Amino acid sequence: MTTTATVNRHRPHLGRKRLRDLGIGLLFISPWLVGFLALQVYPFFASLFYSFTSYSTLEPPRWIGIVNYIQLWEDPRFRTALFNSAYYGIFAVMLNVAGGFLMAVLLNLRMRARSVFRTIFFLPSVTPLVATAVIWLWMFNPQSGVINSLLRLVGVEGPAWLGDPSWSKPALILMSLWSVGTSMLIFLAALQDVPKDMLEAAEIDGAGPLRKMWHITLPVISPVTLFILITGLISALQFFTEVHVMTGGAGSPADSTLMLSIYLWQTAFENFNMGYAAAQAWFLFLLLVMCTALLFRLTRRRVFYGG
Amino acid sequence: MPHDTISRPQRRTADAAQLSPHLTSSAQEWGATTRTRGPAHPTSVAMVRAVCKYPVLILLSVVFLIPWVWMISTSLKSPHELAVWPPVWIPEVLRWDNYLTVFEHVDFLRYILNTSIIAVLSVVGAVMSSSIVGYGFARLVWPGRDLVFSLLVATLILPAFVTFIPLYVIYAQIGWINTYLPLIVPSFLGNAFYIFLLRQFFRRLPQELFDAAKIDGASELRIFFSIALPLIRPALTVVALLQFIASWNDYFGPLVFLNDTSKYTIALGLATMQSTYGFSNFSWIMAGTAMSVVPIVALFFVAQKTFIQGITMTGLKG
Repeated sequence: MTTTATVNRHRPHLGRKRLRDLGIGLLFISPWLVGFLALQVYPFFASLFYSFTSYSTLEPPRWIGIVNYIQLWEDPRFRTALFNSAYYGIFAVMLNVAGGFLMAVLLNLRMRARSVFRTIFFLPSVTPLVATAVIWLWMFNPQSGVINSLLRLVGVEGPAWLGDPSWSKPALILMSLWSVGTSMLIFLAALQDVPKDMLEAAEIDGAGPLRKMWHITLPVISPVTLFILITGLISALQFFTEVHVMTGGAGSPADSTLMLSIYLWQTAFENFNMGYAAAQAWFLFLLLVMCTALLFRLTRRRVFYGG
Repeated sequence: MPHDTISRPQRRTADAAQLSPHLTSSAQEWGATTRTRGPAHPTSVAMVRAVCKYPVLILLSVVFLIPWVWMISTSLKSPHELAVWPPVWIPEVLRWDNYLTVFEHVDFLRYILNTSIIAVLSVVGAVMSSSIVGYGFARLVWPGRDLVFSLLVATLILPAFVTFIPLYVIYAQIGWINTYLPLIVPSFLGNAFYIFLLRQFFRRLPQELFDAAKIDGASELRIFFSIALPLIRPALTVVALLQFIASWNDYFGPLVFLNDTSKYTIALGLATMQSTYGFSNFSWIMAGTAMSVVPIVALFFVAQKTFIQGITMTGLKG
């Protein structure tokens, strides 16, 4: 009897405390909560709604069902954009991961002046993207650019790069490698976390550098590799600034650098077809989610999460 | 949900890295090699490695430095030298006045001022909001907290392209287009990335500090301001740095939300200069480019350790 009475007397008190905790918690996170609802949740669903409408910002949206998505399916320019983004995404991300890893391995060797090399390799990654675009635009210039003049030194007649539809995407991929510094730094941090005792034990067992790399280092850093792959893919599929600056937003020549993001931009702010642009945005979002899920699935057996 | 899986390895690596609030000491460890002693029996691979190391590094460095050198070299050329084939690396006369020409053609000073206003206010907003929200997720216990936090992490993969059309519509309706408000106000509403980062730091502070303060009767807000916040100052610096660079470098935001040339930021102004004046004016456009890069490079050298630590942390935990 007494126990029940005590519990009963305490319950409303506990409820009040939980409510108070909730209140204080929500108060602390309220700035983010407001931003989350107003700048993310609402626009997220609003753009889903717009994607089923015909909407030009001058008139209110008018429901047209899945017409925009049918247009996506039939639009040859959209298909081009999808191809270009996939082309750029696959090569840029793979080269970024491979390059970042190799440079991190190199920097992880015993050496003098490591911080100097690290700075040189990393600095391009914090350079404003517009500045990067302007510099490389001039480097790729076929008449007076530095790249073709260096190629000529070794006897190669360089292509027109950004002026040639078959060389414009490789040019952009080459440029993206200049910003390999971020993934290099993350790999370097991961390499320095590889347990030394494991490496030493393997050495005592007679494992050479390549075997240690394959059997210890790579498995240990695999979560970081997956992370770089995923974040790289997310940013590669949204690749926008450099192309917009270098081609004046056109995705030229001959739509060869028309990325999903550039086409979306054109649809929204040049053709003012917000409904169709929203459908493209949602396609991009679903594509990102699918690619991320696919990467997780594909790498499930190869990524080692430790204990 | 993918983020569940992504946070696990990150936490593990982060813990291993011991990213304590003492940023400088962790940053110094960057100088240390993984292996403290060489292999007992030098193998042929190790010898090849030792011989190749420096030539490869130096060659790579040259390749990475070429764009910078090219930028500076171009910015000092005469219009005539721009078109010379093969290109010259060192102009006959160093035309420093190209740097002044920028100010004659466009209101570059205005761009610098505009960008600084946006960047500084965004830094203030990001540090204030992300720290208080990060604390709410790290040190307060309240029902539903972990669920809400996983929502926050999920927003990290939400592409800006999905939300920008409705955002544009909202901002147009409330008259914010062609003002700096869409570029500043969101930073006062917390950034999921920075919140995540600061949460990790708040979680590492010893519980005893908080217990003692509570016994003394301090309120949560007081504990946050006078105990927790001063202790994570290095992490706040990281957030400030990252936000400053993000605002300084942002192109998409100003492109969407600003119309008047007088309101342009450096990034937008530079892109417009390039498309308006084209190749024959490239020397002074390059001078403008160099000037847009200088503050970021200077900032990098001043705060290099904090900076690298920050990038690594966002990479590992973001």
